[in-house]
Amino acid sequence: MSEPLIGVVVAHTEVAEALVAAVRTIAGDDVGLVAVSNRGCDRAALLRRIDEAVAGRPALLFTDMAGGSCGHTAAVLARERPELRVVTGVNLGMLVDFAFHRDEPLEAAAERAVQTGRAAVGVVGGRP
Amino acid sequence: MSVVLFRIDDRLIHGQVVVGWGQRLGIGFIVLVDDEVRTNDWEQELYRMGVPPSVEVIFASVAEASARLAEWERDERKGIVLTGDVRTMVALCPAMPAPRRVNVGGIHARDGRTERLRYVYLSPEEETGLRSLAELGTEVTAQDVPTARPVPLAELL
Repeated sequence: MSEPLIGVVVAHTEVAEALVAAVRTIAGDDVGLVAVSNRGCDRAALLRRIDEAVAGRPALLFTDMAGGSCGHTAAVLARERPELRVVTGVNLGMLVDFAFHRDEPLEAAAERAVQTGRAAVGVVGGRP
Repeated sequence: MSVVLFRIDDRLIHGQVVVGWGQRLGIGFIVLVDDEVRTNDWEQELYRMGVPPSVEVIFASVAEASARLAEWERDERKGIVLTGDVRTMVALCPAMPAPRRVNVGGIHARDGRTERLRYVYLSPEEETGLRSLAELGTEVTAQDVPTARPVPLAELL
């Protein structure tokens, strides 16, 4: 079997750390997630941070916003690396599901994360 | 209206610029002045992703920006002109209309730079560059987001 994927969460300030901590609380310690913050980084420094977190492994890069500095830098790195995909708009539901499906092929895992993440967004409340 | 903000920010187009300044100022266009990005279609697409469709993004080289600044100043919409470094803003300065104001929005840690503010680190060359802007009559302040206090250059260096 091939190596399980890892997930690198790249987000503003403490968002990535908080998300990864929340996944661990729900799913346990072995969730294959690494947190990267953009704090204090220009684009080159953030690129190095993501690259170090990936450490040559096949990975999904989960970013908070499409088009922000995190999403942009992750996309620049993934363009050079066939073993990386970027999934934008990360949420907790998406990450918890990923933690249990890290053995899927890269492309399928990325698509799954998008579907799960979208399914986690909705409106609740109000009276019929 | 016209160009309402000239900003140096090494992250170029990102949340602080689009949301923090863009929403508050009600901007209609952003000019990204960077010789490298100007020639990279793929990277331009990435930058566009971060900007709402109501805001036009113009990619310009330093030479193009210098030539078109007067045109942007006459634009009915409000705009932001953005450079990724001090050097590019210094190059643009002669074409800027008076009164000149430059916002230092983000220059991050790198070897050879000294911390001046949480979001401003400067090399000796960059300090010289900012001083030269001031000597040309430009009001230089550091301010990451509109709600923060603008820090004058004298306090920064």
